[in-house]
Amino acid sequence: CGRELFSWQLHCADIISTVEFNYSGDLLATGDKGGRVVIFQREQENKSRPHSRGEYNVYSTFQSHEPEFDYLKSLEIEEKINKIRWLPQQNAAHFLLSTNDKTIKLWKISERDKRAEGYNLKDEDGRLRDPFRITALRVPILKPMDLMVEASPRRIFANAHTYHINSISVNSDHETYLSADDLRINLWHLEITDRSFNIVDIKPANMEELTEVITAAEFHPHQCNVFVYSSSKGTIRLCDMRSSALCDRHSKFFEEPEDPSSRSFFSEIISSISDVKFSHSGRYMMTRDYLSVKVWDLNMESRPVETHQVHEYLRSKLCSLYENDCIFDKFECCWNGSDSAIMTGSYNNFFRMFDRDTRRDVTLEASRESSKPRASLKPRKVCTGGKRRKDEISVDSLDFNKKILHTAWHPVDNVIAVAATNNLYIFQDKIN
Amino acid sequence: MFARGLKRKCVGHEEDVEGALAGLKTVSSYSLQRQSLLDMSLVKLQLCHMLVEPNLCRSVLIANTVRQIQEEMTQDGTWRAVAPQAAERAPLDRLVSTEILCRAAWGQEGAHPAPGLGDGHTQGPVSDLCPVTSAQAPRHPQSSAWEMDGPRENRGSFHKSLDQIFETLETKNPSCMEELFSDVDSPYYDLDTVLTGMMGGARSGPCEGLEGLAPATPAPSSSCKSDLGELDHVVEILVET
Repeated sequence: CGRELFSWQLHCADIISTVEFNYSGDLLATGDKGGRVVIFQREQENKSRPHSRGEYNVYSTFQSHEPEFDYLKSLEIEEKINKIRWLPQQNAAHFLLSTNDKTIKLWKISERDKRAEGYNLKDEDGRLRDPFRITALRVPILKPMDLMVEASPRRIFANAHTYHINSISVNSDHETYLSADDLRINLWHLEITDRSFNIVDIKPANMEELTEVITAAEFHPHQCNVFVYSSSKGTIRLCDMRSSALCDRHSKFFEEPEDPSSRSFFSEIISSISDVKFSHSGRYMMTRDYLSVKVWDLNMESRPVETHQVHEYLRSKLCSLYENDCIFDKFECCWNGSDSAIMTGSYNNFFRMFDRDTRRDVTLEASRESSKPRASLKPRKVCTGGKRRKDEISVDSLDFNKKILHTAWHPVDNVIAVAATNNLYIFQDKIN
Repeated sequence: MFARGLKRKCVGHEEDVEGALAGLKTVSSYSLQRQSLLDMSLVKLQLCHMLVEPNLCRSVLIANTVRQIQEEMTQDGTWRAVAPQAAERAPLDRLVSTEILCRAAWGQEGAHPAPGLGDGHTQGPVSDLCPVTSAQAPRHPQSSAWEMDGPRENRGSFHKSLDQIFETLETKNPSCMEELFSDVDSPYYDLDTVLTGMMGGARSGPCEGLEGLAPATPAPSSSCKSDLGELDHVVEILVET
């Protein structure tokens, strides 16, 4: 497509592990491997600096999770932030949920731009004055100060997950949310931290019979009783919480029949779903497996309505990718605001965008070259065999350490955030 | 690639010697590839970063791959003992690489379960599939790696073997594991090269790397990382729960 884009490259100290826009798109949160959350804010329109319109700058940074030690199992609990989900804004403050493997935290981010001054209770050097020496009552005055953004933990939801949390999802009722680990899904109320309801449990009585785990879960964007969860066997189950307290029996079961001609020992691994996302409309959902992105119509369980190949050229390299563990990489995917396009990451700092209307797709690269302002992003192409054209890159030259696992799309505008290891790239359409 | 239903020539009916060799090559190359994949998978299950809990999804996927290979090998008959009447150990020329993997464990296990007598199940050969464990590694009989808080049961030899593998995931002796596999750096064989037709004689794959390894040496027990300074914290947790 070769669209012209503004872009910014923002360097983060640690490997970025999650990226998420808030509901308005004015705030962009990133979580990293060191347990930190960095929030960027979009600059408002400013006539004196027209080119800075839409720029994202650091708004707040805080340490969300610290490394912990589980004494009973003699194992470390990583502080890496697995997911961040924003709550819809209800007042001046912003709220988000951040989670590591075991503990979810609700953070309040608020601004302070005024300070009370004029107290006569302390001496010049700061010591408290003797009360007998204070003869007048002086009411402090609020004076403007430099903007200060404070983050404070409001709730800590702990001790509910034996296994590693892979997903959190805020319900459309704005009062509850779910958290999912490898074998269980719990329902929480945002106000209550000392208990949660278990709504899905796929742990077998005998752990040796375990052959399938939960890989992702999400609430429906409009129906507060409906959620989906995906599995390592490439299936998606849609559950209705009205049917029973424990949603072990699904309402709908989505699975694409396997193509027998392409069966191999790696078939199951590459069918494992790494991410599931509802469309904004709530009519579709999208799943990401190792080689493709699939769009499903919630009314059709037998097969997806669309399948988009992300990097089909890797199919002949599966054995090497199994050897170096890349085959277990969990890529995420996202919709644009109008559900007309989807995006997901790949290797070599490539990411792919698929236009569902025009059926066109493009491969772009998140790199230093593309981070110059007003640089247009050049489409990239991977050469799968035969003669390599100029500007093409051959499969064997791909850098599998440069993986784009996390991407996010602004809920309204054409602004995307792409996390490339410890660099965050933000691209947006050029505004004329 | 590892597609099932790979066409193979029936070697016994070939009159042409070259053809027979080609047939043998095709059969053995697929078997070798499959065996290499099995070995690689078993090693992956055993090699874990012990300080942090292993990724359950990854472990499940690898274990399922091992099961699939094993099922196919059972159907092919490659799991069966060559001498059906023998109540003795499986011949050493079969499953060489897994034997090496098991060598350290056999030394400690004592009498090894007899291989199956062609009963069509995975009894015999699978019992060879025991993981490498440090000779004096402390056992945790009350838990498998997947089971966080329940008893472990023996549910057949294959499950037992997998379970033993997962038990080693629980073994808090990372240093001995690292020692054992320190010489084996990936990639110690290149399956893609094999697949593109480079058959260099008797390619034993992982065996080449493992041959040179010394037997596992016992490591000092370092299962509990807490020190006296954190004892208060431990008491605090116990009191709270």
